[in-house]
Amino acid sequence: MNTTNNNQSQTLTSPLLERLGEALLTIKNLHANINGKEILKGLDLTVRPGEIHAIMGPNGAGKSTLASVLTGNPAFEVTHGSVTFQGKDLLELAPEQRANEGIFLSFQYPVEIPGVSMVNFMRTAINEQRKYRGLDQISATDFLRLMREKKELVEMDNKLANRSVNEGFSGGEKKRNEIFQMAMLDPSLSILDETDSGLDIDALRIVANGVNKLKRPNNASIVITHYQRLLDYIIPDFVHVLYDGKIVKSGTKDLAFELEERGYDWIKQEVEEAP
Amino acid sequence: METIKNVSVSEASFSGRLEGFEQQYIDLYKQYHEQIKQHSAPVMNVSRNASFGLFEQLGFPTSKLENYKYTDLKESLSGEYGLNLNRLKIPVNPYEVFKCDVPGIHSYLYFVVNDGFYPVNDARNETLPEGVIIGSLSKMAEVHPELIENYYGKLSCTKKDGLVAFNGAFAQDGFFMYVPQNVQLDRPVQLINIMRSDVDFMANSHNLIILGKGAKAQLLVCDHTVDDVRFLSNRVTEVFVGENATYEHYKLENTHTRTTNLSTLLIDQQASSNVLGNIITLHNGVTRNTIEIDIDGENCETLLCGMVIADKKQQVDNFTSIIHNQPNSNSRELFKYVLDDLSKGGFTGKLYVARDAQKTSAFQTNRNILLNKSAKMRTKPQLEIYADDVKCSHGATIGQLDETAKFYMQSRGIPEKEARLLLMYAFTGDVIENIRIDALQDRMKLLVEKRLRGELSKCEGCVICQ
Ligand SMILES: Nc1ncnc2c1ncn2[C@@H]1O[C@H](COP(=O)(O)OP(=O)(O)OP(=O)(O)O)[C@@H](O)[C@H]1O
Ligand SMILES: [Mg+2]
Repeated sequence: MNTTNNNQSQTLTSPLLERLGEALLTIKNLHANINGKEILKGLDLTVRPGEIHAIMGPNGAGKSTLASVLTGNPAFEVTHGSVTFQGKDLLELAPEQRANEGIFLSFQYPVEIPGVSMVNFMRTAINEQRKYRGLDQISATDFLRLMREKKELVEMDNKLANRSVNEGFSGGEKKRNEIFQMAMLDPSLSILDETDSGLDIDALRIVANGVNKLKRPNNASIVITHYQRLLDYIIPDFVHVLYDGKIVKSGTKDLAFELEERGYDWIKQEVEEAP
Repeated sequence: METIKNVSVSEASFSGRLEGFEQQYIDLYKQYHEQIKQHSAPVMNVSRNASFGLFEQLGFPTSKLENYKYTDLKESLSGEYGLNLNRLKIPVNPYEVFKCDVPGIHSYLYFVVNDGFYPVNDARNETLPEGVIIGSLSKMAEVHPELIENYYGKLSCTKKDGLVAFNGAFAQDGFFMYVPQNVQLDRPVQLINIMRSDVDFMANSHNLIILGKGAKAQLLVCDHTVDDVRFLSNRVTEVFVGENATYEHYKLENTHTRTTNLSTLLIDQQASSNVLGNIITLHNGVTRNTIEIDIDGENCETLLCGMVIADKKQQVDNFTSIIHNQPNSNSRELFKYVLDDLSKGGFTGKLYVARDAQKTSAFQTNRNILLNKSAKMRTKPQLEIYADDVKCSHGATIGQLDETAKFYMQSRGIPEKEARLLLMYAFTGDVIENIRIDALQDRMKLLVEKRLRGELSKCEGCVICQ
């Protein structure tokens, strides 16, 4: 078991990963279950400020599970390993604390909340974040200005912002709404779980632009996707392959092209042939 | 671990009556019926003995009865309650001490203290629109007997219901409102029922509301308790809504946990009339609301909404019944419950569509959230449809708070407690939307939020309560 893990981390400690500076997020040997079934089986990943990491991998590999575990979804149980975020033990924190520490997840399947207006939802979220950081509540005018600014950034229809959270939104509208929320909350680590799927070409460009405009030297993103195309817009520093609960291969954006061309079989084979 | 007393009660209750508790009231009536009549109005006494006879026959209802399946009055009826049959003055001036106003509502404000209409403060010097009469039912029955005798008891006297019969025997007064033809009340009318006593106390009151053709009125009924003793109130309200008239009835209960609140609201709708009922239980002990709306004319609109927030050992049973006797009317029902701890909720949605009531459309929804495993909800649609060209539907759900929605909110930094609150608040939102008095709607939003936060155990702003 240990040897396997060492082999994994050898793949990871490629020269690419050996950058200077403090890590924003460090995941070590992470194991997680759902309903008693192990999904993450010893996952390692390090993300430094300013980096964009793409995670690819076959259906059911555990990509969304990783996102859920990082954001503290109570359906998942962490059995082994550690996650450090900005020097703090992330696994000790409640979901809302993680969010207020600066983690944001753009859900693969955003949730509809009938009866809770977008405005009320966003105002509550912003104020909770401010409270967490010891700031006063946002003023009505500042809040409206912020909403307007961020709506423009993702070119979101005004009508959507006046409705209940995601209620009756189309698939694409929901994804755009995720990026809008991300823009509002300005996270230091954003995790985008298949934000590109379900978006038309224009929307994809708008959403990717939004993400790029939010990029800063001190924040980072993990972009989960099935399609190399997104990576034309959001250019990753690293591409990882998540397979069977582990990161089994890491590389540059060229790896994404290779996957697009060759699929995952060769990776699966490599994994199976490994000692 | 039932007490001996309760065992004997449940043995006796196969007949659908609570034998053990009835006798003292039967004896009381036999002994004091002259006094009861003497301190009431002749119009109200006409049917009194008949009501008593009916009560002797029916007794208090038990959960063995189909219509009372979800109401358990054993606990409530045990023990002794004082009654004020001789109409002694209660030493409280609600106008001075009870400031339970909804900011900005500008209502015409009236009080029933226990079972009697409290005289209107002369100093108020408020003039009602021309022809409108509001006051004590027994007083007005003496001043305008010809008006009241055509209506009093017309909906209630024939009801085969032990509580209604009991009310018919014991009620001596209540609230009366008459809005003549084509008169529209410019402001809402507010009736506050206050329970005030130093000993365990029972109140029976009877309200009568008459809207002439094309009249319009909004009534807000608030139920409050003041003292920390056991209260039992048994109130019957009859409402006659004339042709083309519009009537809104809001009932807001905010009583303490030692209260049993039994209320029967009977509404008769004539052609082209519009009725909204919104029955909100924010805080209570044991509550039974019976609401029956008879649609006796064509082209009527009926919307009956309700909401319950209950925790601890609170019980709320809303028994509703909408009866379409005539064609071409629409009715809609919407009830929502949020139940926590050991609370119990009951909902019955009876819908009757007579053979001639073609083109009826009737929709019924009851949705419930149980916040934990020990809370209980029982819901029952009861549809009897004899017409063939109708659109009717009903739906009931009992569930928990949406965990995925809660996590989604938390993932945006909203603490779990706050997320739960937002979800519960959203859940009740459509009932609150159906309050057509803006000031009341705003107030309710605030009160519901406070209630959900656990910050409200008695009425906000009541000087008396604090
Ligand atoms: N509630 C659950 N109960 C049991 N198994 C689950 C549950 N949720 C997820 N799984 C399983 O966990 C595994 C990983 O799922 P996950 O959603 O993380 O995959 P993914 O890599 O995101 O896939 P995709 O590319 O299809 O989104 C799958 O086999 C899935 O069936
Ligand atoms: Mg996924």
